[in-house]
Amino acid sequence: MMNRIEVENLNVYFGDSHILKDINTEISKNTVTALIGPSGCGKSTFIRTINRMNDLIPSFSRTGNVYLDGEDVYDPKMDVVDLRKKVGMVFQKPNPFPKSIYENVAYGLKIHGITDDDAISARVEESLRSAALWDEVEDKLDNSAMGLSGGQQQRLCIARTIANNPEVILMDEPCSALDPISTTKVEDLIHKLKKDYTILIVTHNMQQATRVSKYTSFFLNGEIIESNLTDKLFVDPKDSKTEDYITGRFG
Amino acid sequence: MEKNRLSEFLIEKSLVITAIFSIIIILLIVLFILMEGFPAFEDYGFFRFLFGMNWAPSDGEFGVFAMIIGSIYVTLLSLIMAVPLSLLCAIFMAEVAPNSIRRILKPVIETLSGIPSVVYGFFGLIVLVPIIRTNFGGTGFSMFTAALILTVMVLPTIITISQDSLRAVPHEYREASFGLGATNWQTIRHVIFPAALPGIITSIILGMGRAIGETLAAIMIAGNVVQIPGSIFDPVRTLTANIALEMGYATGLHYNALFGTAIVLFLIIIILLLIANYIQHKYKVDVGGGYL
Repeated sequence: MMNRIEVENLNVYFGDSHILKDINTEISKNTVTALIGPSGCGKSTFIRTINRMNDLIPSFSRTGNVYLDGEDVYDPKMDVVDLRKKVGMVFQKPNPFPKSIYENVAYGLKIHGITDDDAISARVEESLRSAALWDEVEDKLDNSAMGLSGGQQQRLCIARTIANNPEVILMDEPCSALDPISTTKVEDLIHKLKKDYTILIVTHNMQQATRVSKYTSFFLNGEIIESNLTDKLFVDPKDSKTEDYITGRFG
Repeated sequence: MEKNRLSEFLIEKSLVITAIFSIIIILLIVLFILMEGFPAFEDYGFFRFLFGMNWAPSDGEFGVFAMIIGSIYVTLLSLIMAVPLSLLCAIFMAEVAPNSIRRILKPVIETLSGIPSVVYGFFGLIVLVPIIRTNFGGTGFSMFTAALILTVMVLPTIITISQDSLRAVPHEYREASFGLGATNWQTIRHVIFPAALPGIITSIILGMGRAIGETLAAIMIAGNVVQIPGSIFDPVRTLTANIALEMGYATGLHYNALFGTAIVLFLIIIILLLIANYIQHKYKVDVGGGYL
């Protein structure tokens, strides 16, 4: 199986603080990889280096490389707009735009220059169906997205991301603001999406990691302590720090 | 415990009293203006007063229509210039400028709003009027000259408030937009600007209020001729200027007519506020937001 994302000797700094230390890892195509670890260990920063969202923070600097399908993400010739289209992102707090449900999904298409209304509405429906939200919103596409429940908003954000037809979806604790039922829906959705997309999910919920992911990486203080198949990592951790964390001794 | 409850009670009541006090003052002012102005409507006729073209207090003619048009023209002309200028400036300051530039710009713009209007008027008189006279003919005292000065005077109001509402747009929206591959300008145009629009409209309303209410600068440079201007380089008299110019010597019905002018001004401002509120409200319903 080919690797979609390869990370080599990645170091990330915000000003003087060294956030990520010598990260080397590979993410394979069309799998779900969970990133676990205590708060502040660099998981979110790590996934944000893949779509260069950290570039928005002025004090950000890095060494080392991130490759997406063999292309250097930080190459000066890399088109960030194109990169972020390929690498979609779902945030911790559902953040739909204060626009209609339809406009939320159509936004990405419009900014990337699609003007044909039929093509847009077909893609909106398809994306909402993929995000398992269509049946709940088909009658109220023109209503404001702010009127949806938190779980529906998060699935809308996933639909919005899917509409861009990405290759990779980064999810930064997508369920942390959701109730258990909404969480189950989003997790079911992740299962459905993994055949078409490469998914990285940051989570604090270890049960969630075991439920949704094939691979898991354990982060601690900016380093990857251990990466393995999820089944192996949770059953038979190689590193004592991993074991301490997953058995709940800290974090 | 007992003491806490007493102080709660006292604080609450004193807040109520101060609030009522300021409302009463406003009501008294309104009542006074209505009472003093009403005889002019009664003796001269409300519609004759409102739509009369002839203002000649010595002949007993009190038609303010030309001044209504004068005030509206000057205000609209200055907003036409000020709104694009100040919105672009606000967007620049809120979204584009690095912190170092913002730290310089913000106090500079806030200082603009602290300059007394007589200084603006004086500047207009000494600098702008001759420039207009040389380049566009006429006396230089004109609607356009006044609008130019008013533009500068309303800039800080519109810039400061719209800048604040742009910066109040939650950071999550920016992240969502950038995360979808939008450029900085696309994000500003399609996400941040619409989300900040209610606040931006408020800033324009306040700017408009400042422009229509401005008296001194208008008196000093608008020319004060009672006429409906044929071009933007003709002199005009605004409602505010009319009151200030003649209040010193007016007696009898003339005196009442000046208060009548104030009532008209008052009505115009109320109508403009209602229109602006309607637009603001309509927009809010469209997004269903209510977050600003």
